[in-house]
Amino acid sequence: MINQIWTWLTDGANWSGDDGITHRLVQHLWYSGLSLLIAGVIALPLGTWIAHSGRASWLVTAANSLRAVPSLGLLFAASMLLSSKFTGDTDLPYLVPSIIVLTILAIPPLLAGAYSGVREVDPAARDAARGMGMTGGEVLRQVELPNALPLIFSGLRSATLQVIATATIAAYIGLGGLGAFLRDGIALNEYDAAAGASVLVAVLALAADLLLGVVQRLVVSPGLRTTRTRTRRNRRADATPAAAALGPTNARS
Amino acid sequence: MIRFEQVTKSFPATGGRESMVAVDELSLEAPTGQITVLVGPSGCGKTTSLRMINRMIDPTSGRILIDDQDIASVNPARLRRGIGYVIQSAGLFPHRTVVDNVATVPMLLGTGRKKARDRAREVLELVGLPGDFAERYPSQLSGGQQQRVGVARALAADPPVMLMDEPFSAVDPIVREQLQDEFLRLQDELGKTIVFVTHDIDEAIKLGDQVAVMRVGGRLAQLAEPAYLLAHPIDDFVADFVGRDRGYRALGFSEAPNLPMSNEPSVPLGTTPEEARAATSDRWLLVVDEEVPQGWVEPARIEAPIEPSMLDRGGTVARVHGPLRASLDAALSSPSRRGVLVDDDGRLVGTVRAADVVQAIERVERPEIDPAEIAPTAAPVE
Repeated sequence: MINQIWTWLTDGANWSGDDGITHRLVQHLWYSGLSLLIAGVIALPLGTWIAHSGRASWLVTAANSLRAVPSLGLLFAASMLLSSKFTGDTDLPYLVPSIIVLTILAIPPLLAGAYSGVREVDPAARDAARGMGMTGGEVLRQVELPNALPLIFSGLRSATLQVIATATIAAYIGLGGLGAFLRDGIALNEYDAAAGASVLVAVLALAADLLLGVVQRLVVSPGLRTTRTRTRRNRRADATPAAAALGPTNARS
Repeated sequence: MIRFEQVTKSFPATGGRESMVAVDELSLEAPTGQITVLVGPSGCGKTTSLRMINRMIDPTSGRILIDDQDIASVNPARLRRGIGYVIQSAGLFPHRTVVDNVATVPMLLGTGRKKARDRAREVLELVGLPGDFAERYPSQLSGGQQQRVGVARALAADPPVMLMDEPFSAVDPIVREQLQDEFLRLQDELGKTIVFVTHDIDEAIKLGDQVAVMRVGGRLAQLAEPAYLLAHPIDDFVADFVGRDRGYRALGFSEAPNLPMSNEPSVPLGTTPEEARAATSDRWLLVVDEEVPQGWVEPARIEAPIEPSMLDRGGTVARVHGPLRASLDAALSSPSRRGVLVDDDGRLVGTVRAADVVQAIERVERPEIDPAEIAPTAAPVE
């Protein structure tokens, strides 16, 4: 099986053309990226504003309950409702429902990340910022947002993983992307293609996460990192003798 | 000068909580260049009063004036940039280095980054955090160091007025005392107009040029200089709050007159037992190192040349014209019952006995009571 997947993945012919891996990979990235962008434009300012103003925090809970909606069902529903609204020779009847579903999927983690990130800024730092004469906007830009970045990034990374994985379902309403290999592979008993595409989706998701991790390291202040690394190190130091004393069966790490 | 004119702050009733008067008709003046301490139990409105000075809270009625200008007419952000603000847990920005934390207000005021950082380094040096501290992040500092950065940050734009809300109460007692001493030294140099909030009466008495004792419900109970407050608490509440030992603590404000001193024989470290026994007929002998007192030994009990580890270090040391409290303590704590007095450079001058200090104490005038306070109408009784 692994050999078959490997053969499929390394066969140059599978990579070229409109139905080739390269093209579908780019499509996959395009749907995912577009959905994440739209979700970010909606969720990040909204989450930040909710936390900064302390108003409408029920929205975060409401958005979270969206996670319970099954994406595939939502996709078919959106497609049925919307596809008749587009005319002419375009991808839009397929693209718009897919993007809506993926956007809805990405909003809850992004919103929660932005909200809790700003929310959990040390109240003393916020108080000091105001007391030193920062305006509301300056407090937000200079204190709240930079301190919220670690949680904003963790929201973004979890949204990215989910969107890239779920974007495969766009193929079920006639759109491309890596999901097309899955759909066709299962229908035509070409399991090497289906499994190979699954591997690609996983690799893509991990690569995106890795990339975001690198960006996070560059963007987030080292001052916010030190606390965490230091506590972790301390904790490990504390844990080691205890773990040794408990013996190998109980040592979890 | 900061002036409160019949300032009241009440918070309206919200969701099940009754409306509450936090500050009630407060009138007081914080003189220019001095430290005014607001002290009282929790719920007395001291922090609310402080936060009304930089408009973090706006009063319900009454006026607050800084140098005769009503602060209600000044834009809050602009007002705050001209007032130093230090809070209990320092409130440093964790994502900024120490030097960038300190440079915050100058940058808000439009100073260029380079100049603001240079200024920040100067101020950091002033609060005892030189050199490489500047590039650290707050999470890499101890509580006491963070608090120093908090003070430096408030001083960076050189504001004439500073507001300090329990700045030293989150650190351990030894560091707190250090910070207090350095704060007083700094204030001697800078002469800011400071309003300082604390719940600790000892801190209030130590730091305040004047102390405002507030009672629950936001009313001013008494405003006086520390020595006066200790000598004449206006009512039971203030007397209770000022606490026990106030007679003894008040001695901290009385400088010692010329106490009758005796010449104390002393020997340097390294003296042999024979020399030590020859130096005195008393049971205890004072040991010095380059004239600076180190401790006491019993010549009869030593068998080797005197080393630091043999010394009894129980006795405290007082400056000749320092507070009477220190002179008395030196006498009481000394194993020989003779209190060691030194000059400003720490060199031995002589010793004094407790009885002589007490005699001097009895001759010290207590602060004269203000006649208005004994008039029957003056003090409202609850």
